[in-house]
Amino acid sequence: MLSILLIGVPVTLILTLVGLSQGIIDESAKRSRGVGADVIVRAPGTTMLSFSGAPLPEALVPMLAKWPHVKLATGTVNHGAGGMLEIVTGIDVDAFNKMSGGFTFLEGHTFERPDDIVIDQYYAQQRKVHAGDTTQLLNRPWHVAGVVAPGKLSRIFLPIGILQELTANRNRISQIYLKVDDPKNIPEVVSSLKAKLGDEYPIMPMEQLISLTSVDNVPGLRPFINVIVGIAVVIAFAVVCLSMYMAVLQRTREIGILKSLGASKWFILQIILAEALFLGFGGTVLGIVLSFGTRALLAVFVPASLPQAIVPGWWPIAGLIAVGAALLGGLYPGLTAARQDPIEALAYE
Amino acid sequence: MNRSIISVHGLRKVYRVGKVDVEALRGVDLEVPEGEFLSVVGPSGSGKSTLFHIIGGLTPPTAGTVQVAGQDLAKLTDSGRTKLRKTSVGFVFQKFNLLPNLTAADNIEVSRFISGNSNGNDAQFQKTLEMLGIAQRLDHKPSELSGGEQQRVAIARAVVNRPAILLADEPTGNLDTENSQAVLSLLRDLNKRLGQTILMITHNPEAADFGDRTVHMRDGRISV
Repeated sequence: MLSILLIGVPVTLILTLVGLSQGIIDESAKRSRGVGADVIVRAPGTTMLSFSGAPLPEALVPMLAKWPHVKLATGTVNHGAGGMLEIVTGIDVDAFNKMSGGFTFLEGHTFERPDDIVIDQYYAQQRKVHAGDTTQLLNRPWHVAGVVAPGKLSRIFLPIGILQELTANRNRISQIYLKVDDPKNIPEVVSSLKAKLGDEYPIMPMEQLISLTSVDNVPGLRPFINVIVGIAVVIAFAVVCLSMYMAVLQRTREIGILKSLGASKWFILQIILAEALFLGFGGTVLGIVLSFGTRALLAVFVPASLPQAIVPGWWPIAGLIAVGAALLGGLYPGLTAARQDPIEALAYE
Repeated sequence: MNRSIISVHGLRKVYRVGKVDVEALRGVDLEVPEGEFLSVVGPSGSGKSTLFHIIGGLTPPTAGTVQVAGQDLAKLTDSGRTKLRKTSVGFVFQKFNLLPNLTAADNIEVSRFISGNSNGNDAQFQKTLEMLGIAQRLDHKPSELSGGEQQRVAIARAVVNRPAILLADEPTGNLDTENSQAVLSLLRDLNKRLGQTILMITHNPEAADFGDRTVHMRDGRISV
């Protein structure tokens, strides 16, 4: 049982890590979609997936609002708030509400006081705050004016002017969101904007941005996952090798008995490998079950920072890794058992 | 006189213990006719167990010829000896050596499975089970059986594949007098009623008397 648990842990490690990567990305894509925009415009030299900085002049917003086929334009400012993946977003409340359909307030109300902040449900849960409470952010206290339903652009919102002042970005913004009069005009808007502003401006339909939001497009994420998977393989291998070796030692006499009955080396090896296979399968199933446990734990303690998805597509991969490592780990003890001298094995106490 | 099922000539066995060679058998000659119940008696270290291990194909001889059921053991490879154990030899040990996690029935079944013998439920084996008196105890694990019962299960396991020879190494060494008598009687019955060739090693002269013939071993040789 302990061996199954020990193999289950690296499986959980893999599934949790993959689930986290996927969860964070899915969540980010969901929030991008929640803006309600059709096209995004960022500054030259920034990537579509960068999270901070405000290099665009705010004066572009009214200009783009009058662009042919553009119904609505709003600029926002992103600023890293220090915590794990915590980003504060400055918004023009009226324009943002028009574009996104407005926040759904679960508690409190929109900005009224100069120190008001609006946060989403997950962030409130993670920071354990409610409307009316005070929370520390960007090295100063804020009054939580409202808690909104998640899924719209960000988790922490400030009025755009206040964030610009705080981050010394007066009249500058991070990106501009555009709403187009008809979806079929999106390509035309994108190409005309590129023609006007220059190809160096990352301008693309929101759907394209969302499709770009994947594990392979986050710098360093894929190698990181590979490293963790590699470590998991080593752990599973070592666990099986050690536990099968112990099992072989404990069963030396039984192996001697089987040999005296005429069991061949291959027969003995098969038994050990079958047990390793069982451990691998058991560990996979347990690992999958435990990954639901980690998701539940993360959802309780850090729902805003670390949303974990369940990725069934990785179950067979994790299973293959666990079973492969188990078989490999069972091979050496299995061969040791198969080669045992029957007389010595029978005399083993 | 039946033909010999075990034929041993000039058998020597040298073990390497650390840096020292230990001569366990120093030229053994032995003929065992088919259907005989032979007792081998001798003090500890006389080479009885080594002879038992070589005849049973558990270890190769160093020199000499050993024919068991028509096979020359000196010429057999490791896998050849494995096949010999599977098809021609049944072992009964002093410590019973049943697999502790399996029931008595499963212990017997394992032997049948390893030998690839699907014809184990034949009438003769049923008769053997009745003779052994363990038919009602087959669903029990070894820890739930008495020593005598365990040894009877071990005998059933040893003969389930109808081996040419049954090798019994001190089969009563761990049993009280009553169970010893029962097990020895069973071995004799197997020999007389089914014609099973038996080679039994024992310290005990009374036990040896159950056999048709007794040979004595001392210092790696057969002395009588």
